[in-house]
Amino acid sequence: MYKLWATLVKDAKILSRDKIGLTFMFVMPIVLVVVITSLQTSTFELVNEKKIQMVICNKDADDVSIELIQAISKSSMFKITEVSKGLSSDEIKNEMYSKDALIGIIIPSDFSKKTVEKALVISSKAFNNQGVQENLSVSKDTVAESVTVFYNPVLQKSYLQSINGALTAALQLVQSKQVLNTIYTSLNNSKLPKALEQDVFSNQIKINEIPVSKNGSATIPNATQHNIPAWTIFAMFFVVTSLGSNVVKEKISGSFVRLKTLPTNYLLSLISKQITYIGVCLLQVAVIFSIGVWVFPMLHLPSLHLPTDLFSLFIISLFSGWCAVSYAICIGVFAQTQEQANGFGAVSIVILAALGGILVPSFAMPNSFHLLIQLSPLHWCLESYYELFLEGGTFVDAFKNVIPIIFITLFIQTLIFLKLKKMQLI
Amino acid sequence: MNTTALHIEDLSFVYPGQIISSLSGLNLKIVEGEKFGLLGPNGAGKTTLMNLMTGLLPFENGSIKLFGNEMKNKNRAVNKLFGFVPQDFSFYQELSPKENLEFFGAWAGISKREIKYRTEELLEITGLTEVTNKPVAEFSGGMKRKMNIAIGVIHRPRILFLDEPTVGVDVQSRHSIITYLKELNNSGTTLIYSSHQLNEAELLCDKIALIDDGKIVANDTLTNLLSHHNEKGLESLFLSLTEKAFND
Repeated sequence: MYKLWATLVKDAKILSRDKIGLTFMFVMPIVLVVVITSLQTSTFELVNEKKIQMVICNKDADDVSIELIQAISKSSMFKITEVSKGLSSDEIKNEMYSKDALIGIIIPSDFSKKTVEKALVISSKAFNNQGVQENLSVSKDTVAESVTVFYNPVLQKSYLQSINGALTAALQLVQSKQVLNTIYTSLNNSKLPKALEQDVFSNQIKINEIPVSKNGSATIPNATQHNIPAWTIFAMFFVVTSLGSNVVKEKISGSFVRLKTLPTNYLLSLISKQITYIGVCLLQVAVIFSIGVWVFPMLHLPSLHLPTDLFSLFIISLFSGWCAVSYAICIGVFAQTQEQANGFGAVSIVILAALGGILVPSFAMPNSFHLLIQLSPLHWCLESYYELFLEGGTFVDAFKNVIPIIFITLFIQTLIFLKLKKMQLI
Repeated sequence: MNTTALHIEDLSFVYPGQIISSLSGLNLKIVEGEKFGLLGPNGAGKTTLMNLMTGLLPFENGSIKLFGNEMKNKNRAVNKLFGFVPQDFSFYQELSPKENLEFFGAWAGISKREIKYRTEELLEITGLTEVTNKPVAEFSGGMKRKMNIAIGVIHRPRILFLDEPTVGVDVQSRHSIITYLKELNNSGTTLIYSSHQLNEAELLCDKIALIDDGKIVANDTLTNLLSHHNEKGLESLFLSLTEKAFND
């Protein structure tokens, strides 16, 4: 037992003096978590809270086009700047650049007229279906005028789709009002009362968004709840850069030659490294989660809500850490040089993280990737954490994802054992 | 009656993937308490023989017995009988001398109490007491060599293998290392010493084996060797027996 203790002390001392390794294991993941959560939060705010600059050139200036501008404004998504109606397309593009606008809209000169005409055609068709004489003065093939939208190419497709959605909703609102007005006027020989119009268009069916959780907790998923568990797992597996190269360094150093001549099995050294680095992984979890709980609110980021079942959180972290450490030792045992261990270790973790859903959600991946996803230990670690952090699951719920982690870890440990046996080290 | 510390019989060794033997039909007997020098030109097979004697290289043909224990059997208890001072620095540069001695002492299988005692003793013998908590990486070459030897003897081995223990050190450090090795031998430790430093071997060793091309070409006391081959010094003897050819 004293041998193990002495080896643990040795490993802990060497680790505590490895400043670069500690930076990689603690500072880098903290920076990653803060940066990525900030980016995702600001992206969310860009779409949902911050207003997007929009330039509108209303060449029509009649009632319907003004209503359209009001409808767009009410969506709360845009900060609108109206420019002179005499501007050409190129001048409007220049206005977009000068006003730092991501979106520019041209409402054509006959927009109101065409929208009214379209409403008449629709109401006329509706009455005709009911056997009422249709309005012969309206051309049947009247088409609503198109609104031209310019957009800055920096806008990603998802944002553009959100903007298109908001504009389509505004256009539909304006058109629906016109149709309703026309029908009401035809039936009552008077204009649609404002109060009724408001009732019709403001009492829309609401959408209630309720996050589903197993324990009924009302934790609302946000960038923090997603990112902190994900990047903590990434940090745990990134110990490969320190531990993997540490194993190689020992293997190619003179100290290894001496260790081989001493009456102690080399397996003890690996057990000590596993215990030391599992401790490091648990410390990473404690540090990063604490930052999420206490430091994030100070940075105006959503704070992390820890699951109520802290025992399950510990068990999942323990097994995830064991898997990460086993992987790092395996890389170290198989690599011939520190460069190999660092290069292969780091790149393989990025690939496994991508497959495991750390960088891109697993559900967004093509079907052909599903088998590979199952092979990534990071996937199972992330699923286990999400079970607790987002779905409010219990230990039993989370443990079904821990079982694959244990199997993967045992497989890696077997590889290590066989390689050491082949090298006649154990 | 003199105890046989090391007994090698008909030892042959070929590195995997090679055709030419590094060692062939080698026989050697070293008695407990001897200061035995293993000399030879580069590539003669000294390091291979050291690695075989310390169990670092597995072998199939022949036998190596350490105090009657066959090295082939890979019995870890045998490793307690010997100490090894490799040519390369074999310790953790990030750790201090005290930390290194404590760790290697534990791995050598000695008790915590004995480790404490031996650590203090060895730090004093090697003159490293004042730098006991300083990382070894900051030491001079001579201090590192002393450290290398101190770790090799922490468990009081009955036999100590030394592979070029003074390479790259200044005259003062070499002198103090040789003096310490003599003291160690006086206390009963058998020394098996490999080196290119012929004058050092003359100073230290009471028996010498010259190895060339994987074979032992001479094995006797220095006096007997010189008189038998009618040579005045070890260097001329070395050159005459190793055919004066450059092996590098």
